[in-house]
Parts: sequence; structure tokens; C-alpha cells
Amino acid sequence: MLSRVAESVYWMSRQIERAENLARFLEVTLHLILDQPENLVDPWEPLVRVTGDEEFFKKKYGHPNQENVVNFLAFDEEYPNSMLTCLRAARENARGVREKLSSEAFEQINEFYLFVNEASRNESLDRTSQFFDQIRQQTLLWSGVLESTMAQDTAWHFANVGRMLERADKTSRILDVKYFNLLPSVEHVGTAVDDMQWSALLLAISGFEAYRRDYHEVSIPNVVGFFLFNRTFPRSVHRCVASAGWSLGEIDQASRKQTSSQSSKKVDALKHRLAFTQVEEVLAGGMHEFVDLLQLELNDIGNTLAEDYFQALIPA
Amino acid sequence: MQSQSQSQSTDSSVSSSEYPKLEGYLAEGFYDEVVCADSVARPDAVALVDLINRLPVGELNRRQRAIERSLYQMGITFTVYSDEQGTEKIMPFDIIPRIISASVWSDVELGLKQRIRALNRFLDDVYNERQIIKEGLIPARIVDSCPQYLPQCKGLKPPAGVWCHITGTDLVRDNEGAVFVLEDNLRCPSGVSYVLQNRAVMKKNFPRAFADSSVRPVNDYPARLYQMLRRMAPDLPNPTVVVLTPGVYNSAYYEHSFLAHQMGVELVEGRDLVVENDHVYMLTTDGRQQVDVIYRRVDDTFLDPEVFNKDSVLGVPGLMRAYRAGNVALANAPGTGVADDKVVYAFVPEMIRFYLGEEPILNNVPTYLCEREEDRSYVLAHLDELVVKAAGESGGYGILIGPHATDEQRAEFAEKIRENPRNYVAQPTLQLSRVPTMTGETLEGRHVDLRPYILCESADDVWVLPGGLTRVALKKGSLVVNSSQGGGSKDTWVVASPGQTVARP
Repeated sequence: MLSRVAESVYWMSRQIERAENLARFLEVTLHLILDQPENLVDPWEPLVRVTGDEEFFKKKYGHPNQENVVNFLAFDEEYPNSMLTCLRAARENARGVREKLSSEAFEQINEFYLFVNEASRNESLDRTSQFFDQIRQQTLLWSGVLESTMAQDTAWHFANVGRMLERADKTSRILDVKYFNLLPSVEHVGTAVDDMQWSALLLAISGFEAYRRDYHEVSIPNVVGFFLFNRTFPRSVHRCVASAGWSLGEIDQASRKQTSSQSSKKVDALKHRLAFTQVEEVLAGGMHEFVDLLQLELNDIGNTLAEDYFQALIPA
Repeated sequence: MQSQSQSQSTDSSVSSSEYPKLEGYLAEGFYDEVVCADSVARPDAVALVDLINRLPVGELNRRQRAIERSLYQMGITFTVYSDEQGTEKIMPFDIIPRIISASVWSDVELGLKQRIRALNRFLDDVYNERQIIKEGLIPARIVDSCPQYLPQCKGLKPPAGVWCHITGTDLVRDNEGAVFVLEDNLRCPSGVSYVLQNRAVMKKNFPRAFADSSVRPVNDYPARLYQMLRRMAPDLPNPTVVVLTPGVYNSAYYEHSFLAHQMGVELVEGRDLVVENDHVYMLTTDGRQQVDVIYRRVDDTFLDPEVFNKDSVLGVPGLMRAYRAGNVALANAPGTGVADDKVVYAFVPEMIRFYLGEEPILNNVPTYLCEREEDRSYVLAHLDELVVKAAGESGGYGILIGPHATDEQRAEFAEKIRENPRNYVAQPTLQLSRVPTMTGETLEGRHVDLRPYILCESADDVWVLPGGLTRVALKKGSLVVNSSQGGGSKDTWVVASPGQTVARP
């Protein structure tokens, strides 16, 4: 397929996944404060910190609170990674490759964008759970449309790589929220509040039920293991990396290349490392450090991917 | 007013008492395509008028809104101006279809085929032997002074003598219902995607009236287009066909994408293509792949910065080399714009006589060429009656509609005509035919034109899409139908003769 089209499909898919995860960040935090535990640490600041864009935020909004963080992550048109700008970019990308998507897929992106765009202009909108419920519906529709209306051809695989790399990154960041949350109050580990917070985290990746089936009780090593290494849950980092690796393999196979691409090799290497790392090692070495490194590796895979498929063939 | 209506109803001789009357609607002395002067349905519109009369109050309006909503959701929009808001509008769509009888259509079809054959002969001639100029039928200075005449195309001989494969001729009907050619549109005419989408929403919303009206189908257009394109590389068993678009910010981008999608071919931009050893390749994730046929929707002068506009980033350097070497086919060939010039237009009837030895089937609108002195004096003296057009403009720009203009506007045009007479033509103001159109809760007549689409594979193989884009001037009394200036569109129902294929709802 055309390199430009592959790149647009890849980014379109990443941007939608990014928007979805922002909604998940916000939704879980809103749920958490509804329970109003007395000794809850301020939940809004960590949310800003995990985006890695604190500086932008502080300059524009000052101290984080519910209103400005929701506005920042969901509707800020100046912030290049807000839900609204991500969806707008995804739609622009989709428009550029419309003939490669199913009509349903394009219409779903269009509708999703229009929904958020209209919401951003609606002052009277209740920007709490109901809005985020609807966002979740939209994202589920998007996944369904992608799975059931598109041929699993090269375009689909590029979309899948984008989606999986983004999801792996964001799952790790959701876990990281907890790290920031924990910092000021290490003594709370193991209390009821803590249980509630870890559960909320699991809810954020739709993994609460799956986790409970496996472990029944919340324990830090089990939750961290679930986020990072679970072999079957669709949002665990390991599962996402494995799926991205599968798609890259299929892309190489479709082009009848003799050797795997660099990006494909790097994804496989990461997958192996995840398969053979123990939770205990992660906790001992510092979870935040582990997650940071993981994000660097994911970024490196993204760059290699661009060199392999999007840029390499353009004559100098 | 009264006598005109009378003569019209006898003229069309269909005022039969058994035909339903469109209630509460007045033709107001104009030629109406759905009803006769007394508001009684024309024979082909009986099922439609019946349906409208039976719908409960407000129902038409409700369906109109529902259709608009679905067009918006489908993303069938054009960009108004590009900013971060992505300001997009749907092309306004009107729910009442325009109906064309089988007998009118059969003349239109024959006339269009004849015209495109003559125009292709003219293009081949004017870039090669120039017989028509040598015979003194068209002055050389008119051709050579035309901005769309491209000297870079001299000596080109496209296969089968076809320069213009895809045409979207603009037709109008006057107060007597007579059909005239307004413009030939030989350069990347757009709008066919709206024809197909309009049809799709109408079938969904009016299945019964549609089924009862024996409408001819239009949805094989993409298949026909693909067939024609692939035959432009006759030596290859499986040629690679692509659609070349200027990109997502082009106002017709939706159509480019739609056609590529429907044909199952790649939609490429200039930056996706490279030329090497006079062959065209596209850059893919698997490396380079040769391209054999390009349906290009990029304007002539942007096609190849080596030959035309040097600043163009939309085109492909070297494309013309590959084209001249016969390694890639282009639809349409570059240079067709010369036959689109509004001065050259006036000579099309002569071309038909000269090249084909036939009398024109479709009328030209009588045209005054301001570069002729007597024409110019007449035009300047009658600006309040005439429509004046700039020869090189399109899209409804550079037009003065004399009867609707102010004194200042007329004076401004008189000045322009004196300054550059070659660039102006004038035509009598036609009272364009009308079709009932939704205006809030009621139906009123609005002026329309018609753009049918023609595919030309060779002189013997010309196909006319039985239908076309009906554009409607939504503003009361307005004669400007362009979407950039408040125009909308309607579905066009061409009625089948006995034995012709009928579309199924």
C-alpha cells in the first residue's frame, strides 16, 4: 500500500486510541472522587503529570482542579494531545485515506468526532460520568467496526500496530498514575482506601472483573503483573506488544520480504523481555523507572516503524 | 403572464383531468419540469405528485431534515474554508427530484455523443494539423490567445484520438423547455459522486414513488469509469489504475476519494508518485509499483512542474515525459481546456459541421463575442438584458447577470469589456426551467440546470450516464446554481423507454 496511506492509517488509529485512553483517565478519576475517601490525595495533579505535558498545563491553567483538568484533557483545542484535537487529527487522517476504510469505519470516526466537538461547545453539558459513558460507547463501536467491517489486510494491520502501541503506552501510564498517587502517602498501602484506588485503576482499563476472576483480592504485585504481563487480557502491555508484533509480521509477509523489518525485530525483543520479567523485579527496581523505560522503548519502535515503512522509500 | 401559461399548457398537451394537481404550488409562468402551467403533474411525474399530495403536513420537511442529517453523518461534505474547526458544509440537497422524459433524454443523449465526438476531433486537430484554422472556420488568434491552450501539448496524439474521456456538460432548458448547452466542462468536471449519493438517499426515502416512476439506474457509473480507464492501457492484462487528487483540502476531495473507493483503486497525491526512466511509480510500503493509468483530478498546469507551473507541489515532475513516451495514460489529456473556453464554445456548432458533416442536435446558447466590433457595440448597449461571462472563469465567477445587476455593476463590466474584449462573451438571459423545491414548509419553484456525465473511450464508444447532477438555485429568483454561491442539488430521474433497464429501489 502507499506509504503515505499506511502512515495516515497508523496515526489515525493511534489518535483514536489516545482519545479513548484520555477518557478512561478522566472517567476513573471522577469515579474515585465520588467515593470521597477522606484521605484521598489530590487526584488531579497526577493526571497532568502522567501526560508528560505539565509545563504546558501549568502555564495555561495554574493549579490543577477537576474543571481545568477535564477541560485540558478533553476539550483543549490548543493542546495537541487532548481528546478533541486527537479526534480531529484522526478524522483528518481518515479523510485522507477514506477509500482504504470501510464506510462504517469512516462514519464512526466522523460521528465520534462530531459528538466530542459538539460536547465541547455545549456549556450546559454535564461533564461527568454520563458524558464519559457515551465516549466509552463510541470507542467500543469503533473497535467493533474495525473488527467486523474491515478486511484484515495491510491497512488493517497498520491500524492495529498503531492501536496496540498506543494502548501499551497508555496502560503503562495509567499504572503510573498510581505511582504518583502513592508517593506522598506510602503508609496508606494496604488500607481500604488503597484497595479502592487500585480497583479504580483496574476499572480504567476495563480489567476489574477479569482481575477479580483470577485473584479475588487486590494485591500490589498481582495488579502490577496484570497491567504489565497478563497473557490474555486485551489491554495488558504484554498482550498489546504481542499483537503489534503479530501485525508487523503479517505486514512483512504480505510484502514477501525475505527478512523481518527492524521494527518487527524490536517489537519481538520487547515481547520476549516482558515474557521473562518478574513482577518482583519491577517493584524492586522501581515501578516508575520500569514504566519510563518501557515508554522509551515503545517510542523507539514507533520511530523505527516510520523508517521501515513510511520514509525509507522516498528518494532523497 | 396569463397568456404565456395558456400557450404552455397546450404546448405540452398533457393537461389531462386524470393527472393529479400539485396542491398549493404555482408554476408562475415559468417552464416547470414537474408540473404543467396549471400545476397538474406532467405524465412522468404522476407518481411523485401523488405521493407528495398524500403525505401528511410536515412529513416532507421531516424527511428533508433526515436526509440532511444522514449526509452530514456520512461526511459527504465540502470544505468551505480550511481552518482548525474543519468548517464543512453538506452540499444542500433538495428532496424533490427533477424528472426528465424518455423522449427529451434520447435527444440529449444523441446530442451529447455528437458533441463530444466533434470536440475530441477539434482537440486533436488544434494541437496537430490545425485544419479547422486553415479552412478559416476559427481564427488562429482566438485559439492561440486562449489561456487554456497549452503549447506544451503540440504534437501529442493520444490513443484513439481521445483527449477528453470524461466530460460533464452543463445543460439548461428555457421557458419553452428547449434544451441548450451552456458549457462543455472538459477539464476534470466534478459532481458525479453527488449524483450517486443523491440517488442512494432518494431510494431510501421514496421507494414507492421511485419504483412507480421507472427511473433509469446510475449506479454503474464507477464500474463503467473503471472499465474505460483500464482499457486505456490496452496492452496490459492487469494495468494499475489510480486516481490523482490535489489532496484533502481540495473542495472536491470527497468525490476523488469516493470514486477511488468505488473503483477499488489507489487514491494518490503527487507526492506519492515518482517518475524514473519515463515510467511512473507510486511509493508503497513494499517499494515502488508502476502506475499505468491516471485519472487525474489535478488541473493541467499543476500536473508537472517540469513542463507547466514550476511552483506546483501538487504534480509529479516528469509526468509529461512519461506521458509523451506512452508509458502512462492520462484521463483527461492535458490541454482540453482550450475547447472549454467560452469564446471557442461559440464555434462548437461549426466544429460539428466541419468534422462530422452533421447538423448539431443540441443548441448552443446564442453567443456574442465581444472581440467582434459589432457584437461588442450590441453587448454594451444591451447590458441590462444580457448575461456577460469572462471567457476563462468557471464556477459561476466573473459573471454579470444584466437584468439582476445594479447600474454600478453594469458600468464595471462595460469597462472590463472595453479593456479586454477577447475575454468576454455575452448571451441572452435565459429563463431557466424550474422544479418544485422545499422552502421551509412549502414548495416553490426554483431554477435548475443539468450536468450529465459522458465517458468517451473512442469515437464509436461514447456512453452517457442516464441521469446527472441537477443543480438548483435555492435563492428565490436566482439563476446562479453553483454550490459555492448558494446552490444545491437534486436527484435527477431519467424515465426509461419501454425495454430500457430500470433502477430498483
